[in-house]
Amino acid sequence: MSQRPVLDIRGLTLALPALADRPYAVSGLDLAIAPGELLCVVGESGSGKSMAAHAVMGLLPRAVKPVAGQVLLNGRDLLALDDAAMRDVRGREVGMIFQEPMTSLNPVMRVGDQIAETLEAHRIGDGASRMRRAVELMTEVGLPDPARMARAFPHQLSGGQRQRVMIAMALALQPKLLIADEPTTALDVTTQAQILKLVDALRRDHGTAVLFITHDFGVVAEIADRIAVLQHGVVVEQGPADAVLGDPRHDYTRRLLAAVPSLTPPPPRPRAEGEPVLSVKGLGKIYQRRSLFGAGRVVQAASDVSFSIARGETLGLVGESGSGKSTVGRCCLRLIEPDAGEIRIDELDITALSARAFRPHRKRIQMVFQDPFASLNPRRTVGRIIAEGPVAQGVEPKAALERARELLALVGLTPGAIDRYPHEFSGGQRQRIGIARALALDPEILVADEAVSALDVSVQAQILDLIQDLKKRLGLAILFVTHDLRVAAQICDRIAVMQRGEIVEMGDTATLFAAPKHPYTQQLLAAVPGARRLKAP
Amino acid sequence: MGFMSRFAANKGALVGLVLLIALLAFAVLGPWLYPTSPWRMVARPFTAPFVTDRFLLGTDTLGRDVAAGLVHGTRISILIGFVSTLVALLIGVPLGALAGYFGGWIDDALMRITEFFQTIPSFALAIVLVAVLQPSIYSIVLAIGIVSWPPVARLVRGEVLSLRTREYVQAAITVGQSTLRIIFSQVLPNTVAPIIVMASLMVASAILLESSLSFLGLGDPNLMTWGYMVGAGRTRLMDAWWISFFPGVAIFLTVLALNLVGEGLNDALNPRLSRGRE
Repeated sequence: MSQRPVLDIRGLTLALPALADRPYAVSGLDLAIAPGELLCVVGESGSGKSMAAHAVMGLLPRAVKPVAGQVLLNGRDLLALDDAAMRDVRGREVGMIFQEPMTSLNPVMRVGDQIAETLEAHRIGDGASRMRRAVELMTEVGLPDPARMARAFPHQLSGGQRQRVMIAMALALQPKLLIADEPTTALDVTTQAQILKLVDALRRDHGTAVLFITHDFGVVAEIADRIAVLQHGVVVEQGPADAVLGDPRHDYTRRLLAAVPSLTPPPPRPRAEGEPVLSVKGLGKIYQRRSLFGAGRVVQAASDVSFSIARGETLGLVGESGSGKSTVGRCCLRLIEPDAGEIRIDELDITALSARAFRPHRKRIQMVFQDPFASLNPRRTVGRIIAEGPVAQGVEPKAALERARELLALVGLTPGAIDRYPHEFSGGQRQRIGIARALALDPEILVADEAVSALDVSVQAQILDLIQDLKKRLGLAILFVTHDLRVAAQICDRIAVMQRGEIVEMGDTATLFAAPKHPYTQQLLAAVPGARRLKAP
Repeated sequence: MGFMSRFAANKGALVGLVLLIALLAFAVLGPWLYPTSPWRMVARPFTAPFVTDRFLLGTDTLGRDVAAGLVHGTRISILIGFVSTLVALLIGVPLGALAGYFGGWIDDALMRITEFFQTIPSFALAIVLVAVLQPSIYSIVLAIGIVSWPPVARLVRGEVLSLRTREYVQAAITVGQSTLRIIFSQVLPNTVAPIIVMASLMVASAILLESSLSFLGLGDPNLMTWGYMVGAGRTRLMDAWWISFFPGVAIFLTVLALNLVGEGLNDALNPRLSRGRE
């Protein structure tokens, strides 16, 4: 790195309020980014990576105070600037893109006007020339028919298009530094691949330095020039991407990399070819918006979906958002009532039962939910949460609580957790509680809806191990709904790929990954980030 | 920060709480402070306040002790305020919970009924109800309850609507809990905070409503109330201001106290929504 760095963070220390779980959000942070360079700051949730980015933008929460160090942008210390000067730096010298493109855009303003507004805020050009520049920028970020799209409102665009608009806004004044805070986390894998390509192309064309915050090692491997690994607010390792990924020095980096699931499926395990315990035939679900005048909008969430799962088998249901995979998963538990088809547990057709008649059979099929923070009632103790199911099915409350204690041990928590409330646990521990709740009824089938998607990669690996282990020990049939092909490769025996409500391909995991037949499957596999540099250990 | 310390951080709420406790003390101790009926004529009419020690707040047009009326009125105002709020909650919470949880045509039907009540000016409806049912403490409580439940139903419906889609409610469905049990054990406990805040403000408006009814002569004829005292003294406002003034101040302070406490509760129960925090 011979050039003078665009951004040079020296010994930055951010103090957290007195009641936080550690004194500093980040401490002694040193980072430097040269023009045209892309630095990935990677870390798990709570590592302080976003705080570091917000410090550069001067957007720290009021309770967090910088207490030491400098943030030098082209030699000028941003921490010393007043509000007015900082406002001018934002946009003109530093652009920022956020995680959620829907909430970052003003929903009642045309996107062209929003881009022009950035120029207006810095008093550049007149109305007509600003609009021309907005259309130019939208062309540059690859939006189709930019002149027409400039007049669109955010809700009329797709997630990827919105993120492109955000990037156009961030680049409007040709800043020398672009900060991207998890910009692709909310996007589908194919859209993510396009956005990553765009960011990569733009910084090459304009020589923009990019500070890229992410938790996803796949993304890191895809685009990083250099990598800084953050743990508990401290940089534990920093260096060129190939060095960090290929030969990690620090123990924590090694552990993180080892926890990233490999895209190569393990050799197929021998499994008992038994009778299917769950079989779904011709399942269909149509969502129709009720409308007072005329027909509402119709969405075919699932059409003619058929599959079956045997005891001790895991079937992966894979697809992008809106593919209907969650709808199918929820239909199996009748959390959503299907419109067509039948769902059988052994020989029992559960779609033919009334809601009341189905209730006693519910214990046979249970669910693990995505969000470990929303899936536990905050006002009940862990013991009661787990015991609720058995009690509803007629077990004595005392016996159910006793069983809850055993289940906590089974999922790797101390039995003492029984009297505590959900907020006292971490995300991974909460997910274990969610699994214990599902197991409390001794189910034969487990539906896991994105059960590890909200977890950090190291925790994710532990939960996946736990699910694998329980499946083996209890002979569960598992329907594993996920968008993450890496996770699917590791845990599923067979995989069904869904697109627009239909299963387009289904097969053994190893076969499907080695030789995908359907073009959509091929497209999905090609879009998984980091396939090139993240090799299986 | 715990609930108590967040509540205590709000100075206004503490002032309100102290006022409210003082009022409750008056209500409880009333019969000992003034054991005789407040309707008894005990002195010369139009005795000015702060003149004699026995009748500190003066006497009214018929020689009744204003202070005695005030203390006895406290009991009635507080009683009506709390009981009619309870009635409104008993109507509004179940209706809102049912509408929000089941949705569909049940929601449509219940919300149309709610809107029907909301479109009628509440004070006019209360007057009609009390007039039809004959003024008594029961009819007044009922009338105030009936005109003030719609906002409760709407609030609970909104909360339940969003809570119903939470994953822990879905989990309760999948383990086979009955619908009624899910509503009572999973959903409603999580709506308590906004309901408490709303209820504290509803007590204040119920007291105002009762005072207005009494002012118009629609109060319970056997009970001395603040509204009646203001109404009875209003014709002599120019020469005997104290007859209307003191009960007016009592109404003002009570409503103010309840609003301050309500706002403090709101800040303490919904820390993320309170002003001035990051």
